[in-house]
Amino acid sequence: MDNILSILVFFPLIAGVLGFVVDKKSIRVYGISVAIVEFLLSLWLWSSFDGNNPGMQFVELVPLIPDFGINYYLGVDGISLFIVIMTALMTLLGMIAISIERDIKNLILSLLFLEMAMVGVFVSLDAIIFYLFWEFSLVPMLYIIGAWGGPLRIYASIKFFLYTFTGSLIMLVGMLFMAYLYQSVSGVWSFSITDWYALVLPVNYQLWLFVAFFLGFAIKVPMFPFHTWLPYAHGQAPTIGSVILAAVLLKMGTYGFVRFSLPLFPDASVMMIMPIATISIIMIIYTAMVAYAQEDIKQVIAYSSVSHMGVIVLGTFAMNAEGVSGSIFLMLSHGIVSGALFLLVGVIYDRRHTKLMSEFGGLASVMPKFAVIFGFMLMASVGLPLTIGFVGEFLVLLGFYHLSPIVTILAGTTIILGAVYMLTLYKRTFFGPVTNEENKKLNDLDGKEMIALVPLVLIVVWLGIYPKPVLEPIDNSVKSLLTFMEKKAQTPLAKEKITLSQTSKEAE
Amino acid sequence: MLEPISVSLASLNLGTLSPMLITIVGGLIILLIDLIKGDLHKSLYVMFTILILFVAVGSVLGLNVNERGFFDVILIDGISIISQLLVLLASMLFIPLALTSKRFHEYSYPEYFALFLFMIAGFQFMVASDNLILIFVGIETASLSLYTLIALHNRDDSYEAAVKYFTMGAMAAGFYAMGSAVIYALTGSVELYQIANVLQSRTAESGVMIAILGGAVLLLAAFAFKLSLFPFHTWTPDVYEGASAPLAGYMSVVPKLAAFVVAMRIFGMYIDLEVEWVRNAILALAVLTMTLANMMALAQEDVKRMLAYSSISHAGFIMAALALDTTKGNTAIFLYYALFMFTNLGAFTMLWISRHKNKVYHSRYDHPFAKFAGFVKIMPLGAVIMAIFMLSLAGVPPFSVFWGKIYIMSAAVDAGYIWLAVVMGLNSAIAAYYYLKLVVYMFLKSPNENDGTVVYNLTKPLMTIVGIAAAITVGSVFIVQPLISYFFYMVSASGY
Repeated sequence: MDNILSILVFFPLIAGVLGFVVDKKSIRVYGISVAIVEFLLSLWLWSSFDGNNPGMQFVELVPLIPDFGINYYLGVDGISLFIVIMTALMTLLGMIAISIERDIKNLILSLLFLEMAMVGVFVSLDAIIFYLFWEFSLVPMLYIIGAWGGPLRIYASIKFFLYTFTGSLIMLVGMLFMAYLYQSVSGVWSFSITDWYALVLPVNYQLWLFVAFFLGFAIKVPMFPFHTWLPYAHGQAPTIGSVILAAVLLKMGTYGFVRFSLPLFPDASVMMIMPIATISIIMIIYTAMVAYAQEDIKQVIAYSSVSHMGVIVLGTFAMNAEGVSGSIFLMLSHGIVSGALFLLVGVIYDRRHTKLMSEFGGLASVMPKFAVIFGFMLMASVGLPLTIGFVGEFLVLLGFYHLSPIVTILAGTTIILGAVYMLTLYKRTFFGPVTNEENKKLNDLDGKEMIALVPLVLIVVWLGIYPKPVLEPIDNSVKSLLTFMEKKAQTPLAKEKITLSQTSKEAE
Repeated sequence: MLEPISVSLASLNLGTLSPMLITIVGGLIILLIDLIKGDLHKSLYVMFTILILFVAVGSVLGLNVNERGFFDVILIDGISIISQLLVLLASMLFIPLALTSKRFHEYSYPEYFALFLFMIAGFQFMVASDNLILIFVGIETASLSLYTLIALHNRDDSYEAAVKYFTMGAMAAGFYAMGSAVIYALTGSVELYQIANVLQSRTAESGVMIAILGGAVLLLAAFAFKLSLFPFHTWTPDVYEGASAPLAGYMSVVPKLAAFVVAMRIFGMYIDLEVEWVRNAILALAVLTMTLANMMALAQEDVKRMLAYSSISHAGFIMAALALDTTKGNTAIFLYYALFMFTNLGAFTMLWISRHKNKVYHSRYDHPFAKFAGFVKIMPLGAVIMAIFMLSLAGVPPFSVFWGKIYIMSAAVDAGYIWLAVVMGLNSAIAAYYYLKLVVYMFLKSPNENDGTVVYNLTKPLMTIVGIAAAITVGSVFIVQPLISYFFYMVSASGY
């Protein structure tokens, strides 16, 4: 099946449209079945994916608006493959765990449309098609936050929409300028990223374009100081919204850095290493401190997720195979772990309708299974060795050490600070005596919740111990990306900084 | 003694006049039918009008590019053909909206349909000539018919709207006449191509620049009225509010498109003459128009007024493309209107569907936002379609207006105006807020604020029109390519 990517993108769309006909009572099962099929299709994609081929695979190219250079152009490589699979997985598990009854049909259909947009973003190789999915993903999310969220939901959803929309419009101008440059050099219009890769731009153009794309991506990530929409969005969103937001939507920004900023503007990227590293450090330390100060469990996780995104961005700009591969692996692990944590918060919110730590205490004795899984995910989030969180974080720090030991040490505090706020949260929520009467009769995880959470636990362990099957295809594609960047870079500084690897063992 | 003029019928090339003649004759036939038998149902006139428009479309398609006719005052070039096609197409979409389930005053008169056809003939004359006098006649024919169509809605605020529009239109006509007079004084001609030649040879003369600028300013003011550009835009929301919803939607597309074609001819000439001042003035007007109209739209409480301001802002967008004076920029104008037409007409039709005879939801407004609260619970499909129109207007891909937007922004980038593209981007972001406001009301609020009879005026013809508009808005990605290649060919064939 060479056109499996089209099927992956449009299957949820068609399922969503047909879903309008499905009866309200059966829609949940319908949605879950569709998500299962989509997940199986994504696994099929993995099984037919050639891990040794670092280039684009399953490429599809259909001219859409040839006079303007817009093609329907899809492809997947090691960088995007696992993000697609994670998207399908998290949508499936999130859907299983849904406990909302009100307007469930609209929720399920929005999720299916959202899944289409998310998969589309990660497999598009045409800038306009990418932008199309990128922007379209805002609409279902706006609805999910706005319709099923907390008391401030409308404010939060509009803030989310407007922030990201503004950033992406600036990015769109950048894309149009890029296409114009390509046209003035080659004579034909093209928005294909692979065509753009061939374009060697003067450094000052690179810097401007880098900034235009950066605004689009940084707001999505969200990087400091554009992160203020995220706590609102997470705070107000229903569980499923937070899961998708943290696991997938935020990854679009960091994925954009890898797919667009690095290979298109290698010199500008190198020049921007230090400014971006500074912002990342601020994200890591400042938001970790903010997380510590929160009273609301969900807000702790929301801020911790911003903090970890800082590590991911840092790794992307390490400009070597360890850093970039590590950051992509960290995207996956962050998706799984933060998704799981939001699911867990959802579990407790469903039972008590509060997320304040002060309301809890001693839950470990009432809900042992819940406490075990929560503790487990917490360890993975902090980055304990032999969990999925460790692999990525370690690689990122290793990669950046080469550039700046001081920044790396500062970034390394993420593990310490993470441990501080996470363990505090765990202590206040799970340990000690059960002080609140209402907590004494809470039920432990039910079957539905176990089905959603146990696979994530298994993945956390599996990839923590043996990340090779995932890491290897990522590494192959990242290395070819870096080789390409090094060749394309013009300034001596960039040539020096972009390295395949600095550990002698792999340098060959 | 004057030489007798001998004119052969062949040299008149009457074929170039055929589209206008068809609409005029169609209007006369409607009047005749009314004369012979008075008590006929409006559906007859609606369908007959559509048929007339079909014939007119056919005759436009039969025209050859770059022909002159009728003493050389009619100019059939590429842009006149595509603009006539767009005008006729928009009119065909508009006129079935008369078939409402409730009886509205204006449609009970056959004269409405006759006037409508005369108005279209006026627009056709406007776009198919480069003779300043014939353009003036076209503008006035169309405008006078339009004032009457607005007033026929027969409510206090529609009289107010018609009078307001009439006063403003008369002022614009005055400015236009004065501007043309200045140009005539300078060049001794009212034909744009001759004017361009004479001006070209005289630009070096000392002192002539002031006269050129004077003429340009007067004409710019005239068109700023017609195109509702800042600071001459203040009539727009009131007039749209007073007019019936479909007519307001129609006014936001067709008269402006016709005026843009004329503006393209006149101001394109100035920019070609390298009168940079005109270009800068147009750019400034465009930026101010889109920004200030957006700001005003944020504060509106009525959906129709919001859409009025939004259409002002869109006009600013398009005006910016005009200032570029590149083939791509001019193509973008037509592409934008071709796509905007369906979305905007669809959005106004949704208002029309929800229109009650009296103002039941608000003492002042027909369509307050609160009326649409929880629309998704009352009529899910209607709410989804309205949301698609709003998102499309906001420029969310893949809906239609997005493609027009990126094409205009791309034209700006190509012409070296990157700051303009950034301003457009930021304006789109501001605009997203007020479009989302309606989406939020429809989807995220509970329907306790209305009595559940939002879809008051719904009939099958209206559903068909909304369906067509929605289908094209959603599937626009597939029609953009043929549109771009056709428009680009036509625009470059006429030398713009």
